[in-house]
Amino acid sequence: MKKIAKLTVVGIIITQVAGCASLGVKPWERDLLAKESMSLSAEGVDLALDDHIYFSKEATSGGRAFAGGGCGCN
Amino acid sequence: MQLNKNSNIATTLAAATCALLGTTSLATQANDNNQNEWQFDTAILYYGEVDRVSLIEGVVSATKDFGDDHIFNGKVTFDGLTGASGTGAVPQNENQTFSRPSGKGGYSVAVGETPLDDTFKDSRVQVNAQWTQPIAQDMRGSAGVHISKEYDYLSMGINASIARDINKKNTTLSAGLSYQLDSIDPVGGTPDRLSSMSILSDLSLYDDDDDDDHGNTDQVDNPEYTAHELSYEQRESSQDKDTVDVLIGITQIINRRTIMQFNYGLSISDGYLNDPYKLISVISDQGVVQDTLFESRPDSRTKHNMYWQTKYAMDNGVIDISYRYAQDDWDIQSHTIESRLRFEISNESYIQPHLRIYQQSAAEFYQPFLLNTSLLPSFASADYRLGEMDAITLGIKYGSKMTNGNAWAVRVEYYQQDPKNAGFDAPGQLAELDLYPSIKALIVQFNYQF
Repeated sequence: MKKIAKLTVVGIIITQVAGCASLGVKPWERDLLAKESMSLSAEGVDLALDDHIYFSKEATSGGRAFAGGGCGCN
Repeated sequence: MQLNKNSNIATTLAAATCALLGTTSLATQANDNNQNEWQFDTAILYYGEVDRVSLIEGVVSATKDFGDDHIFNGKVTFDGLTGASGTGAVPQNENQTFSRPSGKGGYSVAVGETPLDDTFKDSRVQVNAQWTQPIAQDMRGSAGVHISKEYDYLSMGINASIARDINKKNTTLSAGLSYQLDSIDPVGGTPDRLSSMSILSDLSLYDDDDDDDHGNTDQVDNPEYTAHELSYEQRESSQDKDTVDVLIGITQIINRRTIMQFNYGLSISDGYLNDPYKLISVISDQGVVQDTLFESRPDSRTKHNMYWQTKYAMDNGVIDISYRYAQDDWDIQSHTIESRLRFEISNESYIQPHLRIYQQSAAEFYQPFLLNTSLLPSFASADYRLGEMDAITLGIKYGSKMTNGNAWAVRVEYYQQDPKNAGFDAPGQLAELDLYPSIKALIVQFNYQF
C-alpha cells in the first residue's frame, strides 16, 4: 500500500514537471505575481512564529521549511 | 526584489509628500542608495493557554541587499515562558504528590486535576543569520547558521540550499540541507528510561526552595531525603541529539494569478529524543496509581513531509491555501490544511482571516498510562502531544501601511487542541476522570516593519 502511495506521488511529480513547460507567464504578465503579498515567503516572521508554536505543541513539524525546530521548546 | 520594491514605495511616497510641501526630498536624493538600506521586520507575540503555559516572544529581523541580490538576513528571537505544562501523569480521585525536576521541591495535585508542573519557567535567545546570492545564471545559493539557548537546552545548526530557475523563470527547483546539533542538560539530571520518580512521603520532607542552594538543613539527617537526593546525584547529566533535514521543492507559476509550490522534506534525528520531564503513571486494574515512571522514547526518528501550497491573486486580495501530509517511523501521521484569505480594504490596509485544521494519529508507543499487571514495554510516553489529536486555529489579522512607508499589523488567533482517546480502556476511577483535556490558547501578535 505504501509503495503504491509512493509511486503515485512520484508519478504526480513527474507529470507536474513535464506539464510545466506549457504553464507559466510572459515577463510582462508578472504584475500580480510581483506583489509582495503573492510571495511564498510573505509574512515570514508570522510563519516562523507559527512554526515555533506548532513545533512545540504538536508531534509533526516542517513542510514549508526544515522540520528541525531549532529549540527545546517543551 | 521585494525589498527594493518596498524601498521604492517608501521613497515615492516620501517624494510625493515633499513635493506637496514644496521641500526637497532627502529620500529622493538617497534613491540610488536604496539597496544599501536595512529593512527591519519586528514582531511581539503573546501565546497564552488557559491555566497552563504562557509565552511572550519578540523577534527582530533585519535584511540588507548589498547589491545584485546579495542579501543578508539576521534575526534575533527572545522568548520567556512560564506556567504549567502537562506532565503525562493521570489524574486521581485523591491528592497526588510529585517531585519537581530538580528533586529539591515537591508539589501537590488536587483531586481530579491533570498533573501539571506549575513551576515551569524558561527563557530563550535564538540568533539566525542567512546569506543568499546568485551563484550562476538563474541560480541562487543560500547558507545560514542558527544558535538557540535555553536554560537547559542548546541548539546549533547550519543550512545550505540552492535554487534554479528554468522554463523562462516560470519554474524554480530547489534543494536544501540542514544539520542541527542539540544538547539538553535537564534540571536534576537525566532520569533513566522508565525509572520510578522518587517521591517523598510528605511534602514537608522536601528541601522546598528550588532557588536556595544552601538547602533545607533540617533534612540533612533524614534518611528518606538522603536516599532521594542520592538518586538525583547518580543521574547522568547532558544528552545530545543530531538532526539532518533534506528539503526539495518545485515552485511553478501556473498563470498570471496563480503560483504553486510542492515540497518534500526528510528529517532524521538520532540521539536523546525523550522529554526528561515527562511522566507516565502505572495504575492498578482499579485505576489507582501505583508508581510514576519517566517516559521512554526511541533514540531515532525519521520523518517525511509533503507540502503543497497555492497562492491566487484576486483583484482585491490573495487566496493562500496549503496542505501538509506528515508521517514518521513512530507511526505518527498528520494532516494540516491551512488557509489565509487576504482582502485589501484600501490601497494601504488589508484584513486577513486565517484557518488551520490539524489532525494527528498517535505514536505507536503512546499510552495514557501503564497497567501494573502488564510487562514494562521498551518505549512508552503519555505526552499528549504524541497522542491522537485534532486542533483548530481561527484567526484574523489587520495590516496597514503608513504614509512614511512603514507598516504595522496586528493579529488575534484562537488555538484549540482536542486530544482523543486512541482506543485505550480506562479502568476503575479513571473512567470518571478527564484523561484527554482540551487545551485552549489565545495568540496576539503585533508587527512593525520599517
